[in-house]
Amino acid sequence: MSGNIHAAALVAAMSIVTILLRALPFLIFRRGKRIPAYVAYLGQVLPQAIIGMLVIYCLKDMTFAQAPYGLPELIAAAAVVALQVWRKNSLISILSGTAIYMILIRLI
Amino acid sequence: MNQAQKPPARPAGAVKEAFITSVPVMAGYVVLGIGFGILLHDAGYGVAWSFAMALLIYAGSMQYVGVGLLAGGASVITAILTTVMVNARHLFYSVSMIERYQNAGKYKPYLIFALTDETYSLLCDGKVPAGADPDKYRFLVSLFDQCYWVAGCVLGSILGAALPFNTAGIEFSMTALFIASFTQQWLDSHEHTPAVVGLVGSLACLLLFGPDDFLIPAMLVITASLTALRPRLSGKGTAK
Repeated sequence: MSGNIHAAALVAAMSIVTILLRALPFLIFRRGKRIPAYVAYLGQVLPQAIIGMLVIYCLKDMTFAQAPYGLPELIAAAAVVALQVWRKNSLISILSGTAIYMILIRLI
Repeated sequence: MNQAQKPPARPAGAVKEAFITSVPVMAGYVVLGIGFGILLHDAGYGVAWSFAMALLIYAGSMQYVGVGLLAGGASVITAILTTVMVNARHLFYSVSMIERYQNAGKYKPYLIFALTDETYSLLCDGKVPAGADPDKYRFLVSLFDQCYWVAGCVLGSILGAALPFNTAGIEFSMTALFIASFTQQWLDSHEHTPAVVGLVGSLACLLLFGPDDFLIPAMLVITASLTALRPRLSGKGTAK
């Protein structure tokens, strides 16, 4: 039960922070007010860096020390990159990459 | 193009136009929603949790990361900081929509709440089909998108409980989502320093702090590095 209460608190935190982030600019920068240059700069560079961080976050539990030496992750990740460069369709890349990974962990 | 002049609104007119605009998002949201629902089910949280998260958080990447936070019993502070970092980009979507949503009246609160990456990508060019009320049209596009997302998440939870086969490995859909997004941003930009800072900074923190505690240090290192690099990076523009 206390586990559920904690989980509900986490969901509430994620919800409230997301809503605040989406609403804040409408409250602060009313029509005509200029956006500080530092904020605009972060808006330009942060998204790419954070996606990079999330890639690492997803692969954080990978192990190279023992079989299968992270091979399913590396092969599937390479397939996602290759498909995205080739077709530029995220849905195809995600579905194919996941299917490849699910097959690899059963084979290797 | 111009949100100031409202064309005469046909009451039902916006529904069809908004639906047509939203179709490209449908497949993506339903599939990613199903992936999320299955993951959340495997982490021990059922359909009510999936529905609540899709309804109240309504942010794809954050919900995927949220599964990890729930499963790992993260602290509320970690959840808050992680949400700030993962969803900070929404600040900038909102900034660019300030003018457009200014006079949306009763639709405005929901338009702001539902401004996801995908909805933003549908509405950011400012185009409104001829004959549709712009505010109602944008409201309906936003609403249809969230319906697809909620339907996908709920369906995933039900499938997660009912699937006859072993879904081990389905969690790679989250990894694939971020890798595809990282690759696309790399292709769309000619300044790759921020992307490299994100990867290298996070990797360094992972090695230093270990897999359970590296997220917050990584956020600090990334923000500090990008701030230090500002004289070199700012003004050059990252978009092609």
